[in-house]
Amino acid sequence: MSGANQNSDTFEAAADRTEAVAHFGNQRRGFIGQLQHILHVNSSFVPMIVLVAAILIFGLLLGSKFFSPFALTLILQQVQIVGIVAAAQSLVILTAGIDLSVGAIMVFSSVIMGQFTFRYGIPAPVSVLCGLGCGILIGALNGWLVSRVKLPPFIVTLGMWQIVLATNFLYSANETIRSQDIEANAPFLQFFGAKFNVGGAVFTVGVVFMLVLVAVLSYALRHTAWGRHVYAVGDDPEAAELSGVNVHRTLMSVYMLSGLICAFAGWALIGRIGSVSPTSGQLANIESITAVVIGGISLFGGRGSILGSLFGALIVGVFTLGLRLLGADAQWTFLLIGLLIIAAVAVDQWIRKVSA
Amino acid sequence: MMSDNVPVVEGRGIVKRYGHVTAIDRSDFELRKGEILAVIGDNGAGKSSIVKAICGATIPDEGEILIEGKRVNFTSPMDARNMGIEIVYQTLAMSPALSITDNMFMGREIRKQGFMGRYLRQLDRPAMEKFAREKLTELGLMTVQSINQAVETLSGGQRQGVAVARAAAFATKFIIMDEPTAALGVKESRRVLELIQDVRSRGIPIILISHNMPHVFEVADRIHIHRLGKRLCVIDPKDYTMSDAVAFMTGAKEPPKQSD
Repeated sequence: MSGANQNSDTFEAAADRTEAVAHFGNQRRGFIGQLQHILHVNSSFVPMIVLVAAILIFGLLLGSKFFSPFALTLILQQVQIVGIVAAAQSLVILTAGIDLSVGAIMVFSSVIMGQFTFRYGIPAPVSVLCGLGCGILIGALNGWLVSRVKLPPFIVTLGMWQIVLATNFLYSANETIRSQDIEANAPFLQFFGAKFNVGGAVFTVGVVFMLVLVAVLSYALRHTAWGRHVYAVGDDPEAAELSGVNVHRTLMSVYMLSGLICAFAGWALIGRIGSVSPTSGQLANIESITAVVIGGISLFGGRGSILGSLFGALIVGVFTLGLRLLGADAQWTFLLIGLLIIAAVAVDQWIRKVSA
Repeated sequence: MMSDNVPVVEGRGIVKRYGHVTAIDRSDFELRKGEILAVIGDNGAGKSSIVKAICGATIPDEGEILIEGKRVNFTSPMDARNMGIEIVYQTLAMSPALSITDNMFMGREIRKQGFMGRYLRQLDRPAMEKFAREKLTELGLMTVQSINQAVETLSGGQRQGVAVARAAAFATKFIIMDEPTAALGVKESRRVLELIQDVRSRGIPIILISHNMPHVFEVADRIHIHRLGKRLCVIDPKDYTMSDAVAFMTGAKEPPKQSD
């Protein structure tokens, strides 16, 4: 059946209200085409396979040393900070932006939570709220500069990174609040570090928070109008605006939410390391971008799922722990991660080639 | 309901200046019920300016716009959209990575009833998909495999079809189409022209901006010829040839005296 005939046939069929859902000959895509299609529909598929494969390989090589509830949940604990920050990063990258200030917002928020409690004697929960509010505020400033002043996100957040980090050092006077002091006077600050045991598996509140956060964001991105708008803005902001999406409001909400999530990461950071240190978490921005990219989210925006970036963070965690247990030089981890990043972006470019 | 001679849209003495440049120079405009009005004019004649003024994309400096006899002051295309005026942009304004359904409902999504919709703001996907499928089927466009297919997997003609279906689904007053056949091949153009006539037969009037004379002469009921920032004349395509229209448009020939 030729294309022309088929077209007019289906037109007639549809006109007769038979609701013929006709096909036009792209059923046969072959294996490669099929794979491309699956990846196009579900971008977190590749990172999931890589994650499962990595766990299996390290499990075979290391046996129960690696393949135990304890070791596997240790990975979760080790990636919780990056996992939370990567969730924030994912949102921004989905709008075709990038947030280099995530690490700085995280550290500064944790410093505010600590210093407000210890320097001014404010009750810990109120200090935590102040820290979270500060995260939202910095996020709002980023969002406003990107959306209203129309500056490139890379530049805005590069500047904000320096500004916030400098403010962080100036304000804290480079002073660390010791873990013992926090434990004695304001244990609420370490809330995210609280551990509980489920049959050998050790979870912390931070780990649970990370998993819940990813689940909630995943739902919001997929099943709410806001989520669809985030994708549309990342895909083509002009088209989104013309079809009635409030691009400014969407961008503001994304950057503010990103700031808030980073502030939560700051709280989780106190739980993880025990102390409040203005020098901690310096690599969070690069690590979060790594997780997002490995997780199959396109740096050009509008494509990918937040679940992917969780997988991305876990892949890095599995490699790090697995190679350490194997006694390999830590540089091997970086080498492999580097390869994964380039492979992930290559796959993304390939997926983007699909068209009729 | 309403007397037949009230135009769907009427522009009276519209003026728009950009610095020293007068893009619209006391121009009139009229779209009647149930018609396809083509707007033609040379590049820079201001045909897109006048249409932008009608849909709220630019705010005219002088003059008035009446929709079904009532004066309106649009400040953005959203105002026009809220009144039931839909625009099919030349760029189509669709998000390629999102599905047909997502694109059709972009900016006016349907939420679920009850708790899930009110508090968790969950989209009512089944309802949206059903609506999208109905609208595409009505226009004979269900040649797409799935309503959840990403728009970027569609051909140019199919994309145009989805954009037209979206406009037709939500328009209650009229539709503006900007160069709907410009990016299409012969066969696909044909299909889109049929589609435009289909939409008209549903009683929705259309403003068609196009450079393609054969297409204009094929579907238009009246042709608004724009020249030097104003309406030069409105002709009936049955009374004139394409070369007449081009001659009026370029100033090579005097326009006919307007009787109506």
